[in-house]
Amino acid sequence: MKGFSGIYGVMGEFNSEGALREAARSAREHRYEQLDAFSPLPVEGLDEILGRTGSWAPAWVLTGGVIGGLTGYFLQFWGVGINYPFNVGGRPLDSWPLFIPITFELTILGGAVAAVLSLFVLNGLPQLHHPVFAVPGFERVTTDAFFLCILSTDPGFDPLLVRRFFMQETGAVAVTEMRR
Amino acid sequence: MGRKPAGLALSTGHRMIPGTAQSKEETRARAERAEEPPRLVQGVATFRSITEQISGIVLNRRHPRSWWIGFGLAFLLTMGLFYAISVLLAVGVGIWGINIPVAWGFAITNFVWWIGIGHAGTLISAILLLLLQKWRNSINRLAEAMTLFAVACAGMFPLLHLGRPWAFFWLLPYPNGMELWPQFRSALVWDVFAVSTYLTVSIFFWYTGLVPDVATLRDRAKNRFTRLIFGFMALGWRGSAKHWRNYESAYLLMAGLSTPLVLSVHSVVSFDFATAIVPGWHSTIFPPYFVAGAVYSGFAMVLNIIIPLRKWYRLENVVTEQHLDHMAKVMLATGLLLAYGYIFEIFFAWYSGDPTEQYSVVNRATGPYAPLFWLLLLVNVVLPQSLWWRSVRTRPVLLFFAALSVNVGMWMERFVIVVVSLNRDYLPSSWRMFTPTGWDWLTLVGSLGLFFALVFLFVRFLPMVTMFEVRDLLAKEKGKSS
Repeated sequence: MKGFSGIYGVMGEFNSEGALREAARSAREHRYEQLDAFSPLPVEGLDEILGRTGSWAPAWVLTGGVIGGLTGYFLQFWGVGINYPFNVGGRPLDSWPLFIPITFELTILGGAVAAVLSLFVLNGLPQLHHPVFAVPGFERVTTDAFFLCILSTDPGFDPLLVRRFFMQETGAVAVTEMRR
Repeated sequence: MGRKPAGLALSTGHRMIPGTAQSKEETRARAERAEEPPRLVQGVATFRSITEQISGIVLNRRHPRSWWIGFGLAFLLTMGLFYAISVLLAVGVGIWGINIPVAWGFAITNFVWWIGIGHAGTLISAILLLLLQKWRNSINRLAEAMTLFAVACAGMFPLLHLGRPWAFFWLLPYPNGMELWPQFRSALVWDVFAVSTYLTVSIFFWYTGLVPDVATLRDRAKNRFTRLIFGFMALGWRGSAKHWRNYESAYLLMAGLSTPLVLSVHSVVSFDFATAIVPGWHSTIFPPYFVAGAVYSGFAMVLNIIIPLRKWYRLENVVTEQHLDHMAKVMLATGLLLAYGYIFEIFFAWYSGDPTEQYSVVNRATGPYAPLFWLLLLVNVVLPQSLWWRSVRTRPVLLFFAALSVNVGMWMERFVIVVVSLNRDYLPSSWRMFTPTGWDWLTLVGSLGLFFALVFLFVRFLPMVTMFEVRDLLAKEKGKSS
């Protein structure tokens, strides 16, 4: 990392989601690849600019739902069909229509548990500390401030150049260098 | 830690976001274009002003006197509930008015009523999200909280009704010394799964929605202890683009999962009745009819809570008359579905050709509980027709009473379904009246107390309006106007 390993990245602050979008676009035009943005609301079109779209959450939810559904069905079939065969009103032991409601509920439960887990795991939460929290004014990111960060892992990263980029090419109102 | 901003040293104090602070001319120009729908956030609003307004309710120490009075009353009633439960545990379900044949009495009436109330929260937060109804954004948090508390109240009743509530875990499949399984082919066991899944998923959905907002509270809290608590709850949320991307995806999927879930829950509750052969219960229209009634009473409860709260906390700019109007319309529509259900209950009884089935309808209208039935039709079907008038829908006081009428009416409907069907079935020699005792009433009123106490605590300690979604709404409205 060209000797910048002590630095996490350089952060520029913006006043609006429009300014953030412009800055991100401009950073991409300057061939910066390792970008991260921070905002008080999901900014439309930002993911496309940052070049990272899609999420693994749907795959998690599908897996969770399938596991939940299979568990639900086999729990009932095995329980009252095999483990302790139980005759209710002369119905077959694998009376599948009567197993549908619980199978359905457990499918939903599995999917929902997976959705929450995916949110934790994919976002790396819970996390007690992160370098961005040391940026002055970062507490406003949950109110009305927007930030764009160029990470030191970027192949073209140079703190001076990045700082100059933020000051001259974007409408940043403040620029901060972050240590790890 | 003592790092300074390396570059420009611009002031980053208070400032408006360009474009959101609308000039007077712009506002007037919008007002002149009469075809434009009224805005969902009224007045001059910026991200900052909205965030300050809503987080201020939680972070501000002073609370309106009405909060203290309301919470105090609800807390007293909750104590009454705990007293009634203690006596129930000590003595048994004999303290209630239940008997054979009316073994379900108030407990199941209250269960069905409460769980129905919960349904509006999920409808608002999940179904309206999928239908892209933006007006849900400022009421969904409160409605979801209401769902949780209503389901908590609901879940309590069947457990207390077990007779031996401490053995409640026998309802769940677990490896046990008796080597037995629950009766998976029974609607009552389906209910256990449906309600517990509903509660779990509702908690997940609610908490997921809360994370970005508690992060806001963490960042705005002045006091170290408050910051610590909200910091833990926010899990380290920093609003990064990656966070939002996964968040939006997972949240949408949870809404997609909650939508069939909410429809299934009251359907399964209705199976408790419909799969039985009791005259007046054994009917295929029950699932949709129960779901419509659930949404109906749920919206009524949302209105009953939100109308006083928006006044006490001056939230009229985010919970506008337009919101009330929309909610009233949903209530009117589901009320009509319910009325359709009433008509078809009568039709099915006649069409079945079964004399007991037909008698159950006659018994409702002319039997010993007839006054309740006619009163139910008045408050649940006739009075809510006033919602056809816009002047009622947009006048908070009138709407409050219309919603109250629906809530009372829905409780009576549950009572009529449970008690009036059970008290006279096939064998006239076993007919018996049900008379609630004081303990029945104390448990019902106490559950209302518990519900409202939880609602009051919620509005005190957590943001009752979803701040980031209102910010999103502002951004979208701005984008539309420019």
